[in-house]
Parts: sequence; structure tokens; C-alpha cells
Amino acid sequence: MEYFIQQLLNGLTLGSIYGLVAIGYTMVYGIIGMINFAHGDIFMLGGFAALIAFLVLTSFIAGVPVALALLIMMVVAMLVTSLWNWTIERVAYRPLRGSFRLAPLITAIGMSIVLSNFIQVTQGPRNKPIPPLINDVYHFGDVTVSLKQLVIVVVTAVLLTVFWYIVNKTPLGRAQRATEQDRKMAALLGVDVDRTISITFIMGAALAAVAGTMYLMYYGVASFADGFIPGVKAFTAAVLGGIGSLPGAVLGGLLIGLIESLWSAYFSIAYKDVATFAILAFVLIFKPTGILGRPEVEKV
Amino acid sequence: MTPGNTTMTRDTILKVEHLSMRFGGLMAINDLSLEAKRGEITALIGPNGAGKTTVFNCITGFYKPTMGMITLTQKDGDQFLLERLSDFEITKKAKVARTFQNIRLFSGLTVLENLLVAQHNKLMKASGYTIMGLLGLGSYKREADGAIELARQWLEKADLIDRADDPAGDLPYGAQRRLEIARAMCTGPELLCLDEPAAGLNPKESLALNTLLNSIRDETGTSILLIEHDMSVVMEISDHVVVLEYGQKISDGTPDHVKNDPKVIAAYLGVDDDELEEVMHEELDGGSH
Amino acid sequence: MPNTNSSANETAPGVMAQAVREGLFAGVLAFGMFLLYVGIETYQNIDNALVWRTRWGLLAIFVLVAAVGRFLIVGFVKPRLDRRKLSKAKAGIPEVSDDKGFFHKNFLKLSMLALVLYPPIVVSLYGVQGSLKFVDNFGIQILIYVMLAWGLNVVVGLAGLLDLGYVAFYAVGAYSYALLSDTFGLSFWLLLPLAGILAAFWGIILGFPVLRLRGDYLAIVTLAFGEIIRLVLMNWSDVTGGTAGISGIAKASIFGIWSFDVGADNNFAKVFGLPMSSAYYKIFLFYVILALCLITAYVTIKLRSMPIGRAWEALREDEIACRSLGIDTVKTKLTAFAIGAMFGGFAGSFFAARQGFVSPESFVFLESAVILAIVVLGGMGSLTGIAIAAVVMIGGTELLREMEFLKHVFGPDFTPELYRMLLFGLAMVAVMLFKPRGFVGSREPTAFLKERKAVSGSFTKEGHG
Ligand SMILES: Nc1ncnc2c1ncn2[C@@H]1O[C@H](COP(=O)(O)OP(=O)(O)OP(=O)(O)O)[C@@H](O)[C@H]1O
Ligand SMILES: [Mg+2]
Repeated sequence: MEYFIQQLLNGLTLGSIYGLVAIGYTMVYGIIGMINFAHGDIFMLGGFAALIAFLVLTSFIAGVPVALALLIMMVVAMLVTSLWNWTIERVAYRPLRGSFRLAPLITAIGMSIVLSNFIQVTQGPRNKPIPPLINDVYHFGDVTVSLKQLVIVVVTAVLLTVFWYIVNKTPLGRAQRATEQDRKMAALLGVDVDRTISITFIMGAALAAVAGTMYLMYYGVASFADGFIPGVKAFTAAVLGGIGSLPGAVLGGLLIGLIESLWSAYFSIAYKDVATFAILAFVLIFKPTGILGRPEVEKV
Repeated sequence: MTPGNTTMTRDTILKVEHLSMRFGGLMAINDLSLEAKRGEITALIGPNGAGKTTVFNCITGFYKPTMGMITLTQKDGDQFLLERLSDFEITKKAKVARTFQNIRLFSGLTVLENLLVAQHNKLMKASGYTIMGLLGLGSYKREADGAIELARQWLEKADLIDRADDPAGDLPYGAQRRLEIARAMCTGPELLCLDEPAAGLNPKESLALNTLLNSIRDETGTSILLIEHDMSVVMEISDHVVVLEYGQKISDGTPDHVKNDPKVIAAYLGVDDDELEEVMHEELDGGSH
Repeated sequence: MPNTNSSANETAPGVMAQAVREGLFAGVLAFGMFLLYVGIETYQNIDNALVWRTRWGLLAIFVLVAAVGRFLIVGFVKPRLDRRKLSKAKAGIPEVSDDKGFFHKNFLKLSMLALVLYPPIVVSLYGVQGSLKFVDNFGIQILIYVMLAWGLNVVVGLAGLLDLGYVAFYAVGAYSYALLSDTFGLSFWLLLPLAGILAAFWGIILGFPVLRLRGDYLAIVTLAFGEIIRLVLMNWSDVTGGTAGISGIAKASIFGIWSFDVGADNNFAKVFGLPMSSAYYKIFLFYVILALCLITAYVTIKLRSMPIGRAWEALREDEIACRSLGIDTVKTKLTAFAIGAMFGGFAGSFFAARQGFVSPESFVFLESAVILAIVVLGGMGSLTGIAIAAVVMIGGTELLREMEFLKHVFGPDFTPELYRMLLFGLAMVAVMLFKPRGFVGSREPTAFLKERKAVSGSFTKEGHG
């Protein structure tokens, strides 16, 4: 039982990270109907920004409090990735909006290749380790909870609340939802669609950056190739939860995290990703719109 | 396939009994029964949202009805229960073809290719499910030429022969409507279901359409089920009219009978006989189609 | 914020002011984007601790390029383009001209001739050993991608089904050959068709449950299947050799008559009294893959004008209309999937015979992405366009390997190979931005009454699946 709870906790931690990234996928898909393949690499960029910020920070100020350091890393990562995602949308996706459906997908795949190789070229192909930021662990019986895990879960929860507030209670969120439902109509009613889409990309990037920072803190390494697998898993999470649905993305993320850690614990670590993908395939085959997705009826 | 009840006469091609279709809380069709006679044009009319297209979708298998039985009897007596067949089987086996309210052409294929796609099943068989055709064996070559010949005939009837090699998406609206009908006819149907074929046509195009429909009925003997908003078309060419409102049948009979049915008049604004046609024109032309 | 609505009628000073503004903005933006990644370099010192140093010079170059580039585009390139478009519109000259030159008309024959003559020409120019690089890296490498892309074209370009896991079938082909030739000692010529059939079989197995899905759901499930197959190959060590893969795979022979094994009595070079070289094998393989490509092209062209091929294209245009015409769309999709997979399987077994080694490394998602990119960049459905895209994208990146002279420019540490994929990605983005429908956007009709007219890309659809 303790073992199970332990795995549940690990899964929850991992799932929080996936959930944060999944929101970016789902928001972009919801608003412009495009799989933003480069989003996983935005997450990776976020991790690197946090890493570099950490290095620079610690070499100038020796005994900086961990909480402050984390906060700074997060903010820097959010700023930098927001700039990137804004620019990418502006340069590579916007000109293709409304054109051939596969064109933006291919551009996004191209962008993903560009981003990971850009980091490989500028920062080198090797894994980048950082010293552990937080070491504290707490024991509850046989269950071990590390402070990092708590931080991740708490930060995720706080961010999601803020995010939920923005999407549901502010004019910006209303503009987003309107654009999502009917872009032309929203434009006619005075919503600045371009700006709304840009902000969506920025919000997605910011969440991914936080996820990247958390991922770096949790595992203690960053690599240029870290965009793909977490990215695909986060996307899987978004689809699992029902793409286009924000709560779905979070739910999907948590599920993927849980599946992954429970499968590793009880079956085999080697096949944990197989399990994730297999479950995705099953869910899609039997409930193609995901768990919380709205069913799409095609009117004939 | 499955014999329906034996009381059905040879002249009834389609018999819809107690058909209901529910979307969530909405009863789009409620216990509807109707019949269409072989070789006739049966019109299905009714105000916007009455459920006409939904009836078509149930007949052609695109929606699975919540309840009801739809029996199709072919010329040679074979009967099919359409609600048990999937959409493509209804065309393939039961020989029911249809057009769509929002035209659905293969816009990137040429006009001719559109008509060849419609002869898919016949050509598939002739090409030995591709394998023989790939090897150049069998009668595929002859059948393929035959298919082009059939397409040419329909292009002539639909007055599209000059545009045969242009992409379907490049045709003007009225021509696209006629092409869609010609394409449906190329499947060799016994029952043709047309969903508002005259909607949005200018008078000249309407005329061309009428010519096409008349030639279909007179030359091929195909029975037609027609949804139409334009009352002049309905009254002029249909043999039998069924009126729907809120998913229920409110009248059924000859055009004259329906025109004078007080229930229909009430449904269409409840005005006097003579004013009816006029008002209906205004109402419906102003509608969203 | 940059403003894209600059019109040609604007006065020059206005344009200039805007260009300066946007140039500055781009510079600031670039500074923000590149400050951390370019301005700072992280590396591990002797103690293995991660440390950093600055690269201000490089950062300055990035910022300058962005600023000046944007300035030039807004100030000069855009106005000129706008003006040209305007004058063209006024003169009423159609954007595409219809007349075809000799080269254009005989493109197919000429390129066939060039391909057949390619190995002898290279051998006569660079000698037997010197030809290796050209035949292998350029010839075979490009042709493998041409074949893969033509195979995927059946699925994506014709049937309009988005498959992001195509590389799985390539892997099935490669491992089928590797395992069956290892265990049963069967020959390449027997296993080649078998690998194709096995891949097609897998295509049907994987396709059956998922082809009901539409659009992006199909894409993501195919991606998942691709990854599952790769992960299984990676972890099922008893059979597949795990990450280490399978090595020492038997070479193909010239129909069993001559062999390319160094020790064999009927070794090709020995029999003909030629000096030993691996180049003969490569030249032989070049012709094999060329033949495979031609078969793929022939079958695709033939199928397109048959009912099944027409049904694929109709499916891409409108699935519901297809069903209303009595076409069994599930079966139609499955055949497209199976035939695409079969070509992937052929290519896979060829790949294994060429490499003599297979490992899961070769079948990552990136490969699927590259193949899909070639299909879309070439222009969906167009064999010529796809071949051109393969030459440009694969040839271009291979060329980069050869750019030794760049070392003289950028110093001896410069490894152009590192930039291969970076440039590949940039090229993907650039081509899509300038030609969203790919190099060849139009479509050749499969039947005609009076004359064959190409269908402009603006009418063709890209499918939902
Ligand atoms: N797939 C669906 N899901 C939910 N509701 C549907 C669906 N299809 C039709 N409806 C509803 O069923 C009702 C009947 O629609 P239908 O399209 O059959 O009307 P119609 O008589 O063809 O109208 P029109 O003249 O406007 O074409 C409408 O209220 C419509 O909104
Ligand atoms: Mg309707």
C-alpha cells in the first residue's frame, strides 16, 4: 500500500509537468486547430533558460535562497520562451493561417527540428547537469515525499488557478474563448483575433517554461533532445483528456504521469512509454474525442 | 435482403414506418411514416428545421434512426431494410443515391473524374479488385471505356459536356448542382434523393435543372425523393407531396390536395389559400438557404 | 509591433521610417531571444561542473543580422515585391505560364537517362573507389528517401490520411530482412517481397482499428504506433538485439549468380578479375533501389488511373460524398495504408541489405517527419515534385557533409554536419512559407474527354484524415 501511494505521488509530480505542457498544446489546438509540434521544444528551451539563469545567478550571488533562485529561473524562462513562441507564431505560423491544412503542421515540425538543433549547436550536445537545488525529504511511514515534489505540485496548482481565472473571468479569456468558437464572428464583434492568438501562444509558452524549470529541478539535467519525448507525452495527455479542453489537458497530464509511474513500478520500466502510447491508442479508438472532449458530430 | 412485410405492393419503392430520430433532447423526427411510389417524384416539404434533411440522412444511412423501419423494394422485388445497412451499402446494394444540401463534390477532381468515381463499384469488380487491371487482364479496359461513355451521356444530359475536363470546384454554382445529380445517377440508382437541388439557382439554372430532372424521370424510370423549398418547382414536377413540421407529418397527398390542406396553410403562416403560394415564396426565399 | 500592411503606394520616407522602426524592433527581439542561448555558453570544466562564459561577439552578429535583415526586407524587398505584383496585376499577365520548353516536356526521359548513366559517369570521373561517396551518399541515400516518400505519398498525398508513424513500416521491412536472413539464411530476393508483404500486413493490422479516426487523431495514433514499434524493437532484446541492433546482415547478391561477400568464390570482383572494392556493391545497390523506385512510381501511376486510386483521391476530397456513392471507405483507406506500408517495407529491407546493420536508432520519429516533409514540400500527390524535394532536402543536407572548405572559413573546429538538421528544419519552414502547396501544386487528371488540363492546387483538398 505504501509502495502504491509512493508511486501515486511520483506519478502526480510527473503528471503536473505534463499537464502544464499539455495546456499549451490544447490551447493552440483549440484556437487555431493546429498541432503545435514545436511546443515540446519550447518546453526544452524553457528548461535551458532556467539552467542558464541558474548558472549566471549562482556565480554572481553565492548564497542565494533557493526559493528566490527558483522564482528568478522561472520568470526568466517564462520571459524568454514567451519571446520565442511569439516570434515563431508571428513568423512561421501566422502567414500560413487559413492555408493548406498540412502546411502549418509541417512548419511546426520544421520549427521543432530547428529549435532542438539550435540548442544542440549553441549549447552543445551533452547533457547539462546542475547540482540539486532542493534536497529535503519527509517521511510518512514508508512513504517518502520530497520537497521538490511538493514544490512542483504546489506551483502547478497555483499556476492553474491563475490560469483558470484568466481564461474564465477576464476579457482576455473571453476573447480567447470567442476566437476558439468562431474566429470570423469574433473578429466581426471586435475581438482582435491576431492579438488573442499571440497571447495564447505566449500563455502556452509561459506554462511550458514553468514546466521546463520544474523538470530541470526534478531531474537535475537538461538536454537539447528533451523536447521530444516529454512533448509527445504532453500532447498525448492533451488528446487523452480531450484536445481543446483545458481541464482535460490537466487531467490527461495527471493520467499519463500516473500510468507511467505505476506501470514502471508494477510491470516494466522498459515498456512504460509503450504503455502510455498503447493506452492513448485504446482511448482514441474507443472514445475518439478523449475523456472530456466535446463530441464532434458531423452534420451531413 | 431481408423481406419486409408482404403487403407492400410492387409500386411502392420506399416505405418509411414510424421513423423517429432524437438528438439529445430534440426529437428531430417524431413517428413519421410515408411512402414513395416507383417512377414518381415524391416531394418532401416543410419549414426550416422541420427535419427534412434528417429524414434523408436516415434513409441513406448517414444517421442511425432512433426508431422505425425503412423498407426499400427494388424493381425485381428484392427488399432491403435500410436502417440495418451502413451508408455505403445503401448505395451499393439497395441502389439509393443522394445529393447534399451543401454541395459535396470532389472539387480537385475533374468533372469527368467525379462521374468515374461514382462508378467505383462496377469498375472495381471489372478490374478484378485492381489486381487483374494492374496486370492488364480481364475486361477492365472495356469496362473503363464504358464508364467514360456513361459519364459522357450524363454530361450531355446535364449540359456539362464542355466543362468535362475542368476541375469540379471551378464550375458555377448551378452547374455544380447538376454535376452532383449526374454523379448520383452514375451509381445507377433506383431511388434518387435530392436535397434542395434548386436552392440558390438563378432562373436559367432552374430551367436547366428541371430539364435534367424530367429526363431522369422519363428516360431512366428512376424514382425521385425531393426536398424542395421552391414551391413552383414542387407543384410543377412532383406527383406526390409530404409535408413535415417539427418532425411530424402534417399532410400527405397530391400537390393540389396539399395546397388546399388547412393544416399546411396553418403551418405556413395560417393565411388564405390564394395568398399562400405568394407568402410561401417570400418566406422561403428569404430563408437562410 | 511590426506592421505588415505596408503598401506600395506609401511614400518612400514613410517606408524608410517604418523599416528603421521594425529593424530596431527585430534587433531588440533578437537580443531577448538569443541573449541566453547565444550570448552565454555553458560547458563542463575539468571538475565536471557546469560553468559558463560569454559570447558577446556572436550575440552581436545575431542581433545585427536580425535588425538589418528586417530593415532590408521592410524597406526594400517588400516594396519591390508589392510593386511587381501590382504591375503584373495591371498588365494582366497570369502568374503561371503554360508553355513548356524541351527540358520540361522531356523531363522524365532526361532524368531517367541521367540516373542510369550516373554510376558510370561518376566512376569515370573519380575512379572506382572515389565513386563510392557519390553513389552511396548521394545516389542511394536520396533514392531511398524518394522511394519512402513515394510510398507515403499514397497514404498522405492521394488518400489524404495523415500518417506520422510511417517509419514503423520501414522498420518492419528492415527487421524482417535482418531477422529472416539471419535465422533462415534466406536470400535478399526472396525476402524483399516478403518484407513488403509483412509490412503491408502490419499496415492492415495497425490501420484497421484507427482508420475510423479523423484528422489529427489519426495523426497522433499513427505517431503512437510508430513509437510503440520502435520501443518494442529497442526493448525486446532477445529477438531484436535491443539498442545494439542486429549486425552482419547478409548482403544482396546479383540474383544468386555473383556475390559481394569478400570470401565467396563467386565474388563479383574476383570473377571479373577486378580489384577488390566495396564500390561495386554500392553501384549494384544503386541500380536495385533505382529499380525499386521505378516500380513504386509505375504502380502508383497505374493505380491512380484505376478505380482504387480514384477512390483514394476522392476520399481525400470528401469522405462523406464517397460513402454516398457506395464506396467502402474503410476498405479504401486500408488498401492505401497497406500499399504505402508495403513500399515502406521494400525500402526497409533494402536499407538493411545496404547497411548490413539495423538498430532502432534509424527508425525514430524524426525519420517519419522527414519523409512526410518531403511529401508535403514536393506537393502532395505529385511524384515529380516529391522526387525534387527529396533531391533538394536530402541531397542538400548530404552536401553539407562535404563542405570541407567551410572549415577554412570558420576554423578547424567547425563541423558542418552539426548544422545539417538545423538547416533542414529551416528549409522546411522556408519552403512552406513560400510555397505552402509544395514545389508542384497542381494535379494531373487521370482521365479526360478532350484534353488533359492540370488541376490547380487551389481546388484540391488535403483530406481530413
Ligand atoms: N447531427 C445533428 N445533431 C444535432 N441536431 C441535429 C443534427 N442534425 C439535425 N439536427 C437538428 O434537427 C432539426 C432538423 O434539422 P434538418 O436539417 O433535418 O432540417 P431541414 O428540414 O432539413 O431544414 P432546412 O430547410 O433548414 O434544411 C434541426 O433542429 C437541427 O438542428
Ligand atoms: Mg435541410
